[in-house]
Amino acid sequence: MTHGPGISGLILEEPLLWEKGKQGRTAFSMPDQDVPEATAKLPQELLGSGPEFPDLSEVDVVRHYTRLSGWNFGIDTGMYPLGSCTMKYNPKINEKMAATHGIVSSHPLLSDDLSQGSLQILFELQTFLAQITGMDAVSLQPAAGAQGEMAGMLIFAAYFRKKGEKRNKILIPDTAHGTNPASAALCGFKPVQIKSGDDGTLDVNLVSELMDEDTVGIMLTNPNTLGLFEESIREITAIVHAKGGLVYGDGANMNAVMGMVDFKRCGVDIMHLNLHKTFSTPHGGGGPGAGPICVVSELEDFLPIPRVVKHDESYQLKYDCLDSIGRLHAFFGNFAVLVRAYSYILSMGAQNLKKTSQLAVLNANYVKESLRDVLHLAYEKPCMHECVFSDLMQREYNISTLDMAKRLIDHGYHPPTIYFPLVVPGAIMIEPTETENKEDIDQFIAVFKDVVREAKDNGERLRQAPTRTKRRRLDETMAARKPCLIG
Amino acid sequence: MRYLPHTDQEIHEMLAVTGHGSLEGLFAHIPEECSYHGDIDIPAPLSEWALSEHFHDIGRNNYTSAAKSILLGAGNYSHYIPAIVPSLIGRSEFLTAYTPYQPEMSQGTLQGIFEYQTLTARLLGMEVANASMYDGASALAEALLMALRIARKKNTIAISSAIHPHYREVVFSYLQAGSFKIIELPVSLDGRTDLSGLDDIDDLAAVAIQSPNFFGVIEDLETGSNLIHSADALFVSCFSEAFAYGLLRSPGASGADIVCGEGQSFGMSQSFGGPGLGMFACRTKHQRNIPGRVVGETVDMDGKRGYVLTLSTREQHIRREKATSNICSNQGICALTAAAYMASLGATGVRRVAALNYDKSEYLKAGLIKAGAKPLFDSPTFNEFSLTFANNFEPVRRRLLEKGIIAGIELGRFYKKYKDAYLFCVTETASKAVLDTVIEEVSS
Repeated sequence: MTHGPGISGLILEEPLLWEKGKQGRTAFSMPDQDVPEATAKLPQELLGSGPEFPDLSEVDVVRHYTRLSGWNFGIDTGMYPLGSCTMKYNPKINEKMAATHGIVSSHPLLSDDLSQGSLQILFELQTFLAQITGMDAVSLQPAAGAQGEMAGMLIFAAYFRKKGEKRNKILIPDTAHGTNPASAALCGFKPVQIKSGDDGTLDVNLVSELMDEDTVGIMLTNPNTLGLFEESIREITAIVHAKGGLVYGDGANMNAVMGMVDFKRCGVDIMHLNLHKTFSTPHGGGGPGAGPICVVSELEDFLPIPRVVKHDESYQLKYDCLDSIGRLHAFFGNFAVLVRAYSYILSMGAQNLKKTSQLAVLNANYVKESLRDVLHLAYEKPCMHECVFSDLMQREYNISTLDMAKRLIDHGYHPPTIYFPLVVPGAIMIEPTETENKEDIDQFIAVFKDVVREAKDNGERLRQAPTRTKRRRLDETMAARKPCLIG
Repeated sequence: MRYLPHTDQEIHEMLAVTGHGSLEGLFAHIPEECSYHGDIDIPAPLSEWALSEHFHDIGRNNYTSAAKSILLGAGNYSHYIPAIVPSLIGRSEFLTAYTPYQPEMSQGTLQGIFEYQTLTARLLGMEVANASMYDGASALAEALLMALRIARKKNTIAISSAIHPHYREVVFSYLQAGSFKIIELPVSLDGRTDLSGLDDIDDLAAVAIQSPNFFGVIEDLETGSNLIHSADALFVSCFSEAFAYGLLRSPGASGADIVCGEGQSFGMSQSFGGPGLGMFACRTKHQRNIPGRVVGETVDMDGKRGYVLTLSTREQHIRREKATSNICSNQGICALTAAAYMASLGATGVRRVAALNYDKSEYLKAGLIKAGAKPLFDSPTFNEFSLTFANNFEPVRRRLLEKGIIAGIELGRFYKKYKDAYLFCVTETASKAVLDTVIEEVSS
């Protein structure tokens, strides 16, 4: 029996915030009342009774969150091979840099000459991302990948509006992230699903059949969500362009191809990047991320405003862009996230970014080759940064992907992405990322093989898993049927 | 490179398993016409120490690195952040976790977000809240899209022109592709939104008001609510300064159907405006129309209380193009930060700090009026207010700048009509000494 790092330990219970505390306590160091009290002047009808927050001492708050943190699992805790999410190590130095005094205190509405430091970071990061993708111009404003997609779709709409063309369909492969069709629909396009071919990639003939002059173009992810490179990308983009369409590239999987693939040469017109994936900014238990968009020069004028430009030696905000799709964020996007990505790129340099992609792909292929005897491999092709298996071989024992995933938790691993992409029933998508070393990957592989053995010999153990966590499997049906969203 | 653990020997061994001769060989199937030519043209890598120096230099190029006080808000506020908040929420178990899709190993994030939703609903006087949106601006756009979904066939919305100009721009961006009609409501002479024309608007799905509004004026939400509801529209109440509701009557208590706004004031640093926190709450009857993530309470196999992401059939990963929003993330760590901040303040603290914001703001306002300035509007304000000056204020502002004080922002940047007016903000971080300096400079 192989063991992962997971063993049982002491877990401390902790109630909800408002189940503790006593009225009159505080954890806030109250500033002096150095001016006269004035609230009596406010008309009574505008005043409220104040929110019912619990009153807690500093120690109450510290213990509360420290205990909660112990029930969580992050990259710093252990291996997190969550496919399509690029859970790589988030360097500590980036956190420190984002907290630099003059940067953290910077107000977004000061004049350009008082904000040269912040504008320099934005301008240089734009330049770096253009270099890394091969694209011509960048906007850092979108706050997440999904908002980047939306920006891209708004640019599609604005582009055809300017050309005086009415087109309302968009091609989206069936392997796409759910955000792709949702973003397209938000911008008024009707998604037309393209079935992926038997080898997991797009069929050029199918694209050719579907692409017409009512269609704005295609939205694709490359490498795709099966971890496969769309080898016909040049033919596909040529077909779309020949019909007057545009190509949107979802850059969610950029970690596989830095310094290896040039997206402009692939024929991509707009793409977004997920800085919280490829560029190592922390996922924060759900956000904030950042989803900059990169475009070819023909589409630069459509980018969100304000743009950040450089004139002589000074950085400036530019607002007079008539074709712009407008503003997407109250200020400049998730600036502190952008600062972390900037810090990461400066720490890495060109050679290390390229090496990052090479090692990410090496780790994924190594896992693929090491587990293919015990798990069904969805596609017999070279994979990029992630590989997709399924539970096909375990179904005869009545064991599902979910059961294996939950058992991995007991061993101290965050499970891979499961049941996505939808085209692979019972999918298990593993993305080790480049920051995992060989012995940790070997241990993960050995544990996974044991879990597969257990599936055959001791299935009940998997169906009961996890048993070492604070809570066992949770009743999600009840949560949705009778929603209890506040306490 | 310290983040890349592979030794040459290990690379060699692993390549033997994958059946490749070299790292480049792993990419052999990528067509030549797609491949990257040459090296990426970015600077050579910096050591930790060189990087720190670089950031130190950049930081110094921001005025705020040496500023004493920024008497400017307009959607981004300077508030004290207790040391415990970043220290606790910066714990890497929170910071380096993904979205809590595996609830058994994410109970920390999930309980934390459930607490955030609860405290948010209590702050805003609402029945349910979601797990947060990108920022106040996109939260408003999503709230209006939600109202249009609820109102079904109606396709017109009215938004106050006293809403933060950037928020309105974002609303226009989000709604530009739909066939919606957006009407901007004028500002009355008292600085509040003029709602007198609502009855003349056809197909009105929703009306949005911000309070305190961009000029700092506290809107009469209760009267507004009555007028909006009698026009058979939904009332969307938004805000850019969450602290206001430590003192003021909440939008929920005033009758709002959807409440949204910016939560940056609750523990997030200013950081050039991002990340912020889009707070979002509504009535229970609309909860299945809410955009974004929500956390709900449930039980585990042993019947113990626990938390999960729920109502996910509204979301893009299930509904795809029919989802209530394209949003896929929330501002997880910012929401947790806000919850820890609200918990640190407590009911007693949030009221005291909010009152202090009001007191200090009134002190500066009264002092400047005594020195000759005139209020742009004669209505109550919270911690922001708008003034006009008899003489050109720019030279005074420049002198204060040299003393490390940012004294307001010119409203003409946002409204041609108010080109001689300035918007000021005073929070608990501004000392009486700083406020006196500003008053003296205006008096002299």
